[in-house]
Amino acid sequence: MTDGDAEGRSAPAVSTDQSAVEGLVEGVLAGEHRALARTITKIENRAPGYRDLVAALHPHTGDADVLGVTGSPGAGKSTLVDKLAKAYRDQGLTVGIIAIDPASPYTGGAVLGDRIRMASNVGDMDVFFRSMSARGTLGGLSTATTDAVTALDAFGKDKVIVETVGAGQNEIDIVRTADTVAVLVPPGSGDDVQMLKAGILEIADLFVVNKADLEGADRTVQELREMLHMGSGASTGGHHGVSADAPGANGEQASDEGELDEGGSEPADWDPRIVETVANTGEGVDDLLAALDAHREYLVASGELDQQVRDRYAAEVRTLLREDVHALLAEEIENRGGIDAAVDRIVARETDPYTVADEVIAPVVECVRERSEED
Amino acid sequence: MSTEQEREHEDRQIRCLVAKVGLDGHDRGAHVIARAFRDAGFEVIYSGLHRSPDEVVQAAVQEDVDVLGISILSGAHNTLVPKIMDGLREYGALEDTLVLVGGIVPDDDKATLRDEGVAEIFGPGASMSEMIEYVRANAPDR
Repeated sequence: MTDGDAEGRSAPAVSTDQSAVEGLVEGVLAGEHRALARTITKIENRAPGYRDLVAALHPHTGDADVLGVTGSPGAGKSTLVDKLAKAYRDQGLTVGIIAIDPASPYTGGAVLGDRIRMASNVGDMDVFFRSMSARGTLGGLSTATTDAVTALDAFGKDKVIVETVGAGQNEIDIVRTADTVAVLVPPGSGDDVQMLKAGILEIADLFVVNKADLEGADRTVQELREMLHMGSGASTGGHHGVSADAPGANGEQASDEGELDEGGSEPADWDPRIVETVANTGEGVDDLLAALDAHREYLVASGELDQQVRDRYAAEVRTLLREDVHALLAEEIENRGGIDAAVDRIVARETDPYTVADEVIAPVVECVRERSEED
Repeated sequence: MSTEQEREHEDRQIRCLVAKVGLDGHDRGAHVIARAFRDAGFEVIYSGLHRSPDEVVQAAVQEDVDVLGISILSGAHNTLVPKIMDGLREYGALEDTLVLVGGIVPDDDKATLRDEGVAEIFGPGASMSEMIEYVRANAPDR
């Protein structure tokens, strides 16, 4: 969009940028919806100044519980999120929702339809709902999502829900920004082999069998239960599973995870729960809330939450560095005549990809070595 | 086209809210437009049917859209549109949102809507490419 264009390019004065950032930060902290909306736009567009903006918001974060919701298209995510938001509102909590829909790989356009399901919270400005598209061209969607969560947290939302289509690795990364991950499994999602295959199931702290009034729901619950109790290693532990030292009951090596009930004196591992809901009638939403609260308690009691937060920040820093170094090196490639010129030489067998990479990264290596020698 | 312009064009992601407001249930036009906007590379948020002016305002503010397209075929535009404009004004979103109205609007009413701050009114037979060009040319510089 245009924030960046207007402020960054046509008026490159840093001070304008600076004051715009300060204004937005003030607005967000004062609870202005418009400022929050504009902040998220800046984050999405990676408009000039967005880094300062997120940095300035960071000290005001850390109070929101973040829930990730994923599942196949049509599983009922948006409807369930709507009901959850309503339940939180009834408890007097404020809610922020980020709903991510895919973008067209051809035009970059997108129809973001999750808002249609937000029927229970219409006109309630204390539910801040924001649709985001997975803009392929800008990249770094998981970074943008993390930053948007930061904005909602700083704004003072008690609960932040990130909803995404569970279609691939990108989505898994996004949902990982959450404290608790709920995976929606509609009835009839295939046999148990399908369940073992699907990588998305490994990240779940909770399974929600939505549309539980449909035929096949019982079977889906049964299959999930079997999968969870197979004790086949880390894959069923949820991404927050703590490793336990106790070996498995039948002598198998519990490399990453013990049998679920053998926690002993250690805080028990989290046993991913299965909840049945019918999102459009609101049936089972109370059960889901109870399960979410239970997971929250587990996170706090076991110290897992602190660890998660640390891991998340570490991952964030690494991601940012990767992106920054990538941008820096892209510049260096340009300075050396562009990637096409390098490829020409590779194709002509004058050089090879490794040599080109070494050449490009040489100045960075040199600089880092020099500095570490100085220290 | 200079490189600078090209870059600008590429970076510019236009966000639109396509909103059905009031009691009319004719959403074919809104769907067609949502689809066409998507194919033009815009990000389109579709409101769904039967939205109240408040809901449309809430969506436009939270989604921080550049363009708000209101589809009304019920004839209630003189009541509904001013309510939306007031809401946008309340949240400080009126100035940098391009508001368009689509539907059946008598000529006399068009002037009224324009006075309210509606930028353009598209009636039956308006061409899709014309509309897309209009949005590209007039989406607010922020």
